[in-house]
Amino acid sequence: MIDAVGNPQSLLLLGGTSEIALATAERYATRRPLRVLLAARPSERLDAAAARLDRAGATVVTLHFDAADTASHPAIIEKAFADGDIDITLIAFGLLGDQEKAWTDHATAVELAQVNYVGAVSVGVLLAKALQWQGHGALVALSSAAAERPRRSNFGYGSTKAGLDAFYTGLTEALRPSGIRVSVIRPGFVHTKMTAGMKAAPLAVTPEQVAEVIVDAVAHGREQAWAPAPMRFVMSALRHVPRPIFRRLPI
Amino acid sequence: MSETVIRTLTGWGRTAPTSARVLVNPTVEAIQQAVRDPGNRGVIARGLGRSYGDPAQNAGGLVVDMTGCNRIHSIDAASGLAMVDAGVSLDALMRTALPFGLWVPVLPGTRQVTVGGAIAADIHGKNHHTAGTFGNHVQAIDLVTADGSVTTVTPNDELFWATVGGMGLTGIIVRATIALTQVESAYFVVDTDRTADLDELMALLTDGSDDRYDYSAAWFDAISTGAKLGRAVLTRGSLARRDELPPKLRCAPLAFDAPQLLTAPNVFPNGLANRAIFGAMSEAWYRKAPRCRRGEVQNLTTFYHPLDMIGEWNRAYGPRGFLQYQFVVPLDGQDSFLRIVEDIARSGHVSFLNVLKRFGEASRAPLSFPQPGWTITVDFPIRRGLAEFCDRLDERVLDAGGRLYLAKESRTSAATLHRMYPRIDEWRKIRAAADPTGIFASDLSRRLEL
Repeated sequence: MIDAVGNPQSLLLLGGTSEIALATAERYATRRPLRVLLAARPSERLDAAAARLDRAGATVVTLHFDAADTASHPAIIEKAFADGDIDITLIAFGLLGDQEKAWTDHATAVELAQVNYVGAVSVGVLLAKALQWQGHGALVALSSAAAERPRRSNFGYGSTKAGLDAFYTGLTEALRPSGIRVSVIRPGFVHTKMTAGMKAAPLAVTPEQVAEVIVDAVAHGREQAWAPAPMRFVMSALRHVPRPIFRRLPI
Repeated sequence: MSETVIRTLTGWGRTAPTSARVLVNPTVEAIQQAVRDPGNRGVIARGLGRSYGDPAQNAGGLVVDMTGCNRIHSIDAASGLAMVDAGVSLDALMRTALPFGLWVPVLPGTRQVTVGGAIAADIHGKNHHTAGTFGNHVQAIDLVTADGSVTTVTPNDELFWATVGGMGLTGIIVRATIALTQVESAYFVVDTDRTADLDELMALLTDGSDDRYDYSAAWFDAISTGAKLGRAVLTRGSLARRDELPPKLRCAPLAFDAPQLLTAPNVFPNGLANRAIFGAMSEAWYRKAPRCRRGEVQNLTTFYHPLDMIGEWNRAYGPRGFLQYQFVVPLDGQDSFLRIVEDIARSGHVSFLNVLKRFGEASRAPLSFPQPGWTITVDFPIRRGLAEFCDRLDERVLDAGGRLYLAKESRTSAATLHRMYPRIDEWRKIRAAADPTGIFASDLSRRLEL
């Protein structure tokens, strides 16, 4: 159960090697005994992630999960809920990749859409059902500032996050009557392995800062949160910039 | 007619909502049926929802709304025994019993709680030092147990004492026999003392004078720091005899009229419970109290239940809600107690409705909250930093040998709570025997691993 001040007892991290997901789990683990289910493709990175949370004091279970393989999702979600309630589920998997290939190379573009969007919808539907059955819980979807207005430089990625964002924003409304809280998190540029080597954008944040935003959003039932918070105002201004000007902006 | 509806429920603090199937207007037969076929997430009873946290919620399971079971079956004016359904509110019981010169022996800070809830939380009132907890005045409980049968338990049964304070986890209380107290009037003769700080207040509460009053509790300032830290208003009184009343009241000494003046609308934003507003309210509350006044005749609402004049007052804290932190520390833990109050005043978390009381003897029930010592109740609006602050308070309470009250609790850890209740294993054993498969479950029982 999530208590009155937002402390959970259990987490499911879909995309269990995500640095944001791990930083979030670490934050929760400092407050209360925590059971964490790490779902990701089996790899050394998954083992390292499990070891990291183990060191943070959490009880860790790993699940083999491939976001692109939607046919396997029903069995995995069922397995995740078999050992007890899950208080917070974080949808943290996603690809970034080469953004030029993301619109010129067919296989790359399809994989990006398959993982980031189709995979997110697939688990979203299953989680909605599981949480309604359970009668409580919070769902946190990692969207992106890129979902707000796609740019020439990242519209492949931006389009998948825009789709995810719209789906989970809608799910927020659909699950409201059941008392299930959905939070859509929109980070700007995050310093992670996914963005390593890229030039940091203004208002860049660390995974730890995004984790803080997530913990706060869950504690206060916030349906949408930006990381960092001022990103909201930047993006809502950018959204209304006319296209001829927007394409000339150095962003 | 009994029916089942899906509802999202919270406690009085309006935090941690969860949804459940709710059985409304249940008959005893419908409750028995529901317990025999509980589904896989269990059953819990719910009364008027005045617990602050999650004991009357059962996410994904069944919640039995007991407020429909509200018949007063009999009141015996001679013996003072009342046989009532569990969903009868203390307000209804009081209004019905008063014309016979009978008084509800233990009243909490609101009359809007059910008899079933009063037993399950083993509630206390301002008269704890003279009357003990509610469970002390219960003679029999009809309990729907895990096998679906109705069992009558009395103070000779260990299941009775596991049910008293058992937060509904031993079964569903459907009926109870309560021993009411004989009274001559519905008024109090009240003495008021204003003290400059907590030391002065605690001296008044330990000099033996408390025993002269049936009812005693103090309000204190938990916002001002420095010299004003812990300034308090102590009000103590006893139910008036008829000859103590002024002539005007003497002709109808048992008359009781407590109207609800208004219901708070659900429009308040978060953040009204801030230092400026609550600080000003505390200042006003302190100044309006007389420095020292003796023998004033007050009615129940003025003396005891000022908040009952406003319906749904919890809405004033805004949609984020609030929590109530109530703990007790033993009498010898006075120093740590004072440090806790200092911590609260300096924390930046503001609380206006602060109550301090000295408890009397503990009850026999293993999970009953009161123990001889000092109890404090404070309300905090939910905001950043509160989680960590309350965790630090828990540590202090534990170090002083104290505990938290389950009817108010909404955020502590299972391990902390288990350490606070040394008799928890004794309670668990009785519960395991009565409900081996864990049919009775609540959000509280899942959260605190009860």
